[in-house]
Amino acid sequence: MLADVLIVLVKVVLTLIWTLLLALFLTWVERKESAVLQDRIGANRASVFGLRVFGLFQPFADAIKMLFKEDFAPSFSQRFLHWLAPAMSFFFVAVTMVAVPFGDAVRLFGRRIPLQVVDLNAALLFMLAMLSLGIYGILIGGWASRSRFALIGSLRGAAQLISYEVALGISLVGLIMVFPSLRLSKIVEFQGGMLFGFLPKWGIFLQPLGFAVFFLAGLAETKRTPFDMPEGESEIIGFYTEYGGLKFGLFMFTDFLEVILLSALATTLFFGGWQVPWLGAGGFVFPWGGNLKFAPWAVTVLQVLSFNLKVFFFCWLQILFRWTYPRFRYDQVMDFGWKVLVPLGVVNILATGLILAAR
Amino acid sequence: MIPPPAAFFILAAVLFVLGVLAFFVKKDLLTQFMAVEVMLNAGNLAFLALAKSLGKAEGQVIVLFVITVAAAEAVIGLAIIVLIFRQRKTVQTDELKDLKG
Amino acid sequence: MAWAVFLILSFLCIGSVAAMILSRNQAHNALFLVLSFSSLGGLFGLLDAPFAAAVQVLVYAGAIMVLFLFAIMMFNLRGELPVRVKKTRLAFTVGLGTILLAELLLAGRKLVLGSPGAASAAGGDTARLGHFLFSDYLYAFEITSLLILAALVGALALAGKREGS
Repeated sequence: MLADVLIVLVKVVLTLIWTLLLALFLTWVERKESAVLQDRIGANRASVFGLRVFGLFQPFADAIKMLFKEDFAPSFSQRFLHWLAPAMSFFFVAVTMVAVPFGDAVRLFGRRIPLQVVDLNAALLFMLAMLSLGIYGILIGGWASRSRFALIGSLRGAAQLISYEVALGISLVGLIMVFPSLRLSKIVEFQGGMLFGFLPKWGIFLQPLGFAVFFLAGLAETKRTPFDMPEGESEIIGFYTEYGGLKFGLFMFTDFLEVILLSALATTLFFGGWQVPWLGAGGFVFPWGGNLKFAPWAVTVLQVLSFNLKVFFFCWLQILFRWTYPRFRYDQVMDFGWKVLVPLGVVNILATGLILAAR
Repeated sequence: MIPPPAAFFILAAVLFVLGVLAFFVKKDLLTQFMAVEVMLNAGNLAFLALAKSLGKAEGQVIVLFVITVAAAEAVIGLAIIVLIFRQRKTVQTDELKDLKG
Repeated sequence: MAWAVFLILSFLCIGSVAAMILSRNQAHNALFLVLSFSSLGGLFGLLDAPFAAAVQVLVYAGAIMVLFLFAIMMFNLRGELPVRVKKTRLAFTVGLGTILLAELLLAGRKLVLGSPGAASAAGGDTARLGHFLFSDYLYAFEITSLLILAALVGALALAGKREGS
């Protein structure tokens, strides 16, 4: 009993550390990647004892700067709600990470420990629910600031997020039809199979359209640049106009957490999660014959590495998107969500249903 | 030790009554509408408690229907309230008494 | 353990509705209700209904209440609402509420007094729920979809009107 609680606690802490470190790292990646895209050098001055390593310490410098800024709240704002908003948006994204499976179960001291904090029965819906609660951070933030710009930003943000949640939900229906479970661990397990004997049975191969809709809607959910209506740096500044210091930092950090979350979800649902192609419990079994034996611990390490690699890839891809595409106009965002993504999602459901019925 | 369904049922009854109270005490359309939602939720909880105690899944199905219908109802209700606000610039029920005989 | 969770959640649920009755700020009212509905979602989870719990949080707390807040913000209703509840009316309401509560408990006394018996795994399985939805309740399900379509069109027709047209 005590051991179980301890194990869950350790897993929660590890997941949190992993997420936060990755988010910090992503701030650096974003700086560097944007610099490369714009033919600049990017942040490279932060150093520890003269050690620069490509400005890798920049995130810590940023964090320290944020921490020591004045915790300012405008006198006309509603103090408690003003404080609550960033906390809420951070919490609801961070708590979603508990359902992500980082790897298969491992055996340690005679216990079976799944590399996942909790294996929820309806994990997929839980994630969507938490994402939808994240809207309150934006709404309350804009409302509590008592500023027109913040209010416009938060209204835009709420409308955009609620619209794209519809598309996000619809895009996942086809996936649930193919992998008949709402448990993320089960969905990943299903993806261990083979298609035509050689292709890994990943969601992307079974649901290409579903993935496209999911990823685009997810990009809109992270509210970063092609879809940054709630923020709109160059026009309305957005729902965190009246925020500074640590609270603003928390909002910004939440953005990166959302990037990680979307990457983790895309990996888990469509790219086999921790599965490595052709890697079974005993080692690689290649479709062209021949196999490669591995010890169980090595298999686990490979699987966790593969999960991390895929998540990195999607984070990188999202940052690339953010620095490549200019911002949509607001009506274009709404049109894209309702008139393109939702119908495509429905088409995907219909096609999946027809194929499943014809089989 | 899992609480018996009866505890959930009592909670549902209390919640329902609170919703009724809120509906009668409040004087603006929006909050009254919210009170109706509270009552619907209390009904949902009672359904689930019954489903659990009778060992049947039908209660959950009905809850899903109630939630869907509530969503549709909220959309229409809010649209009507928005219209009223646009015309009268108020949502206080005391000031909406044109039909008073 | 489960009892503790139950007590905390029911306290949150009841308490936030009570706070909603006492508070006079509409935005706060809506936020209290969000808290109440989210904790109800937790209670649904305790009743072995994870799907209903997720839908509760997703639809009620995540969508319907967002719409309410959205409307409140659009009206820009700031500040406190006046209280104009008469004493007699309040007393009458509380009395009525008490009677209603007694009535409800009386009606459900079989459940309250009866043994919490046959509580087996009552469809905690989402797949079983889906089978129910698409076999026994198919007509109801289809009609709900029509209802949602009607609501969508209705809301557009009502709120989409421009001033003066």
